[in-house]
Order: sequence, then structure tokens, then C-alpha cells
Amino acid sequence: MSTAAQRFLQDAAIKSADLLHREVIRRGMDSYDAAHLKGRARIKDWEAARQRCREIKREAINHLDRYLLQFEEKVIARGGHVFWAANSEEACTYVKNLATRLGVRTVVKSKSMVTEEIRLSPALEKAGIKVWETDLGEFIVQLRDEPPYHIVTPAMHLNRSQIAQLFREKLDPAIDSDDPVDLMAVARRKLREAFFAAEMGISGANFLVADAGVVAISTNEGNGRLCTSVPPIHVVVTGIEKVIPRLEDLAVLWPVLATSGTGQGITTYSTLIGGPRRAGETDGPEEFHVVLVDNGRSALLADAEQREVLHCIRCGACLNICPVFRHVGGHTYGTTYPGPIGSVLTPHLNGIKEFKHLSFASSLCGACSSVCPVKIDLHHHLLQNRRNATEAGATKSSERAMFRIWRAAMGSPSLYALGGWTVRKSLRLLYALGLAETFLDPMRVWNRYRSSMPLPSESFRAKWRKNRAASSS
Amino acid sequence: MLPQVGVDTVKVLRRLGYNLDYPEDQTCCGQPALNTGYWGEARPCAEHFVRVFKNADVVVCPSGSCVSVIRLLYPELLAHSPLREEALSLASRTFEFSEFLVKVEAITQVGASFPHTVTYHASCHGLRELGLREEPLKLLRQVDGLKLIEMVRSEECCGFGGTFAVKFADISGAMGNSKADSVAATSAEYVTAIDPSCLMHLDGILGKRQSPTRTIHLASILANEGPKNEGRQNDGPTQAKP
Repeated sequence: MSTAAQRFLQDAAIKSADLLHREVIRRGMDSYDAAHLKGRARIKDWEAARQRCREIKREAINHLDRYLLQFEEKVIARGGHVFWAANSEEACTYVKNLATRLGVRTVVKSKSMVTEEIRLSPALEKAGIKVWETDLGEFIVQLRDEPPYHIVTPAMHLNRSQIAQLFREKLDPAIDSDDPVDLMAVARRKLREAFFAAEMGISGANFLVADAGVVAISTNEGNGRLCTSVPPIHVVVTGIEKVIPRLEDLAVLWPVLATSGTGQGITTYSTLIGGPRRAGETDGPEEFHVVLVDNGRSALLADAEQREVLHCIRCGACLNICPVFRHVGGHTYGTTYPGPIGSVLTPHLNGIKEFKHLSFASSLCGACSSVCPVKIDLHHHLLQNRRNATEAGATKSSERAMFRIWRAAMGSPSLYALGGWTVRKSLRLLYALGLAETFLDPMRVWNRYRSSMPLPSESFRAKWRKNRAASSS
Repeated sequence: MLPQVGVDTVKVLRRLGYNLDYPEDQTCCGQPALNTGYWGEARPCAEHFVRVFKNADVVVCPSGSCVSVIRLLYPELLAHSPLREEALSLASRTFEFSEFLVKVEAITQVGASFPHTVTYHASCHGLRELGLREEPLKLLRQVDGLKLIEMVRSEECCGFGGTFAVKFADISGAMGNSKADSVAATSAEYVTAIDPSCLMHLDGILGKRQSPTRTIHLASILANEGPKNEGRQNDGPTQAKP
């Protein structure tokens, strides 16, 4: 069985050589870049807004216990239920048992990455419950039986003719158009049936507002509101790190999230939900449940160095700007959260030994950190993950030996000079013997994509010495 | 691997009248080990660096990446080292070449001439860690005869990333080729940057594609004096293809 690291390398090799894929992603990212820049310009002081968002999240994360309890108390007071799930299994079991107890046959889901993380849909389907993804992108990838490609735009890797083909195969063989409006109408008709058949709606949460005790959801398609108000049961499944202290914090978090996610000033629907339908209200669910998922987050919270990773508001900006993501695409990561945030977070949530390679799969260019709306120093966390992996002895013994030699050479100027000289001379000899590109050539991996490195005849130090000798004579 | 960058840095700084020393005991800033997670191996190297340079008034380095390590990572790497204070002090006196000229010394005109078309790649660490967006461009705009052509996505990484280039050669190579596409679209004769490592990588990528565009470090452009000084020994544009 191949490891996650081997699969990543294989898939990365395939995807990074797939020029069609690169073009589709590039086109999508170019239009995102333009919208993002325009959106940022609408905010009077973008840097101040980022700083404010960072402070809000920092306060929330540093007092998570207090704010979560405050949130819980308000929800319970309104007749809602709150369940604290230590891990995926507890969360899935709670939702599954609830559905079984209340005779739920059909579930409609609004977009939620946490439900992907805990594998909720497969757990429900195993219990014989039909689950419909109702976000258009999620609906498309569900029909393809694949995970979301991107945390905000799940089907960004597909063009409209691929989607038309998919709909013909899965929904209606009579579809003869690949016009997005027509395709959307097909999905809409199909999903309407699901909305009115469903006994349970499941959503995620963008924020949990502690002082008001409400769940804040940002969506663009209206499916979120249908999921949360039409079925008689609404279940919110979300991570504990989503809590924020005050309702007024949304005044900056909402626009900053929308700007970073899609370049919008604010998403089309900004919904606040605080509990089940109350007496006199005409719509809303009869039952309201919030499942607060830990699943490794508390361990990250205990890590003072990397706690700020929990600030993430899942806007996707770091994926969009990441040159690695742009070349390998979302599925290559093989994780729920792809891109820089995924490479930082996954080793914490799913194990450093199995997922350390993701922290190494970066040029540390820092583009992610420069756009993060809550100012997570993402590339520095990649570096810290690398250090942690190395200190845990999870790296190759040959590499460890190499760096021990390196350490000896770097601590001694004469060894350093000798090392440089030896490398230059031995490579020259190797190439003179016609052994370039053989297994003896240490540069063969380098040379796969690059012409061979020019070998200088002498080092700078030698040049400096000569120059000094010449000027003093 | 690129001694000419050092030679040209010396040339420019000498022409401007600075008194230079090259401490021959210097080795490396420690970045290769640091970025690969070997902080235990990087630490003695960093301490050696601090000891070698502690008496310098100012340290100038023609690599934004190395400077960002000294300025931003040494404080963390050497947090418990007996050399911590000296490392912090050294960090505040260490500058990238264009940063030293433009930000510290307010010099943009260095009397260089380079009658060629040039496009500029914004090296990641100089740009995002040191905040050097305009400094290299200010220097380039003052070079006699130089025509600057802007490339698309000039701030996207070239794909080098140290050991990343070998550990994830396929991704690194693809990123390098995307960058090379941007370079090629400018039809410039040269692509320049402030980091030798980006240029080394790009040089290889462009070489493999048999691209006519050559790589040249900013210091090597600035080292070229005008025709009036042609009588002097001039190493000319450097880093020509092997």
C-alpha cells in the first residue's frame, strides 16, 4: 500500500505536467485575482482590517472555553441543543443517531468543510440515509463521487462542457446545452425536490457568535437558507475554533471573509440563526442542534507556537495565491484542506508522520502569509512543522547523515572551502568521464528540468584573495 | 556556485567608495538546514556566522533570502543561544544589497550602463520577508540604456525553494517553467533578480528550454559602467551560459 507521501508525489507529477489542468486553474485564479484586488480596494484600509480580524480571532482562540460556553448557554436558552464532539466518530454518531431516532430518510446539506473532515455523509449513507449536497459546486463533485477540489470553489477544476456531460450521465440524458444558466436550472429543479423531501438540513458555520448565541453563515446560492429553514430539523456541524466574541465583530469579519474568498463586498446571503422556530414564527426548524467538533483542535490550541493556525476562517485566499496549489491542484493533496492552510493543519489533525511531506512541499515563498486575512504566518508554520518532523526523527536517515556532514563543514571555514573545492572538482571529473545523468551524478534530479549548473573555476574566496594580493603588491 | 555575484557586488560598493572586508572565515547563514527542518544542525552554523560578523558596522549580502534568515529567523533559532544578543544586533545591521543602497544610503544612481532589455523577477524573500518591492526597480530605472519590461505575475515564485527543488522536482520544475513562460512573454534579453538562488534555478530552466533570455544578478547589471570607463578591466555581463 502506498503512503500518503508517495501518492502525493505521483499525483503531483501527473498534475503539474497537465497543461490543460494548469490552464483551467490559471484562468480561474486570474479572475479571482482581479476580483480580490478590486474587493480589497473597496475596503478603506485593508491592512487595518486584517489586523482587526486577527485581533478578534486571537481573543476568541485565547479564551475559547469562555466564548464557547457563552454561545452554548444562549443556544440552549432558546431551545436548541449543543453537542461537544471530541472526534469525528462522536460527531458522526450523534448526527446519525439523531437522524435514526427521528426517522430521517433524506438530508440536504449546505456547504461545510468540517462535515468533509469528519466524513459525515458516508456515515449517514451507511445508515441508509440519502444525502444531497446542495451547493452547486458540491453537488457537482458529489455526482462525480470525488471530494471538493477547493474549500470555497469545490468544482473549479471543471469546465462547463465537463459539467454538461456529467449532468447528462447522472441527471437527464436529454440535456443538450452547456450554457451555465441552463445547467444551473437543471441542478435547481433537481435540488428543489430534495429540499422539500428532506427531514433534516445540515449546515456548517462561518462564525459562532458568543454574545448573541447565533450561528453566522455566508453563502451565495440561497441553498444555505433552504437547508436551514425548510426541513424540520437543522443540524449545524462546525469546529470549535469558529467562535467569535461579539456580534459587532461580524462588521469587519463578514466583508473581509467575502473579499478574501471571492472578491465580493459581502456574500449574497448573510444569515444568523439562533435556535428552533419560536411561537408565532412562520418558518424555521422545529429542532435545532449544534455539533461542536474538536477532532484535534484542542491539541493545537495547547501549542503556543502554532495556536494561531486556529484563526483560519477558511476563505481560501492562501490556496488561490499558492504557486504549488496552482500547479498540483486541490485533489493532489489528498486531504480535506488543501493548499497552504491544509499543509500546515493536516499534520496536526491527522499526524505528522503520515502528512509531514505536505509541510515540505512548499518553496516557502510566503505568498500565503501575505494574503491571509487573519494574518496567520502560514509559511513560518510550514517551517515549524518541518522542524517538528525532523526533531521527531520522521525524516530519512540518509538526509540526517547528510546534514550532519553539512554541519561539520559549515562550522569549519577550511572544511567548507575544501568541500566546495571537492564538489567542483569531482563533478568536473564525473562529467569528463561521461558519467553525467547516471546514478553517480548527484545533479541528475536537478537536471531533469534544468540544464546543468555552470561550475565556476574558482570560488569567490579565491578571487578575493588574488585581488587582495594584487592590490597590496 | 555563483562567485561573479560577489565580485560584482564588491565592484559596485567599491565604486561608491565603501571600505569593504570579506571575512574569509565565513561559511553559510544556515538556511539549507533551517529550511529543511534541521534546526539543530543550523544553529552552530548560525552561531559561527554571528561570531564571524559581529565586529562589522554593516553586513551587505547580495541575497534577500540569506538576509531574511539572519533578520527574521536567527532571533527564533538562537533564542536560547549565548549569542542571542549579538545575533539580534547583527540582524539590525545586515542588509540585502539593493536595500542597503536605496533604503539605508538613499542611493539609486550608481553610474551603471547596461544597454539591454531587462525584465525583473521579484524574489520571494526579498519581496515578502524584507518588503523590498521598489528598491531594486529604483536602481534599475537609473541604469543608462537599460529598458525595463514588466513581466506578468512577477511576484509569483520561480519554484526554487532550496531542497524543495530536488525533493519535489516535478512541482519545482513546473513552477520554474511557468515563470519561464512569463519571462519569455517579455522577449527581454535578460531576467534579473536580487537572489542568486532564484537566478541559478531560472538559468537552468531557461537553459533547458534553450531560451535566448539570460539571467543576471542585479549587482552584475550595476557593475557595468558606462562606455566612458571602457578602458578599465570590466568583467561585463556575467553568468553567461556554459
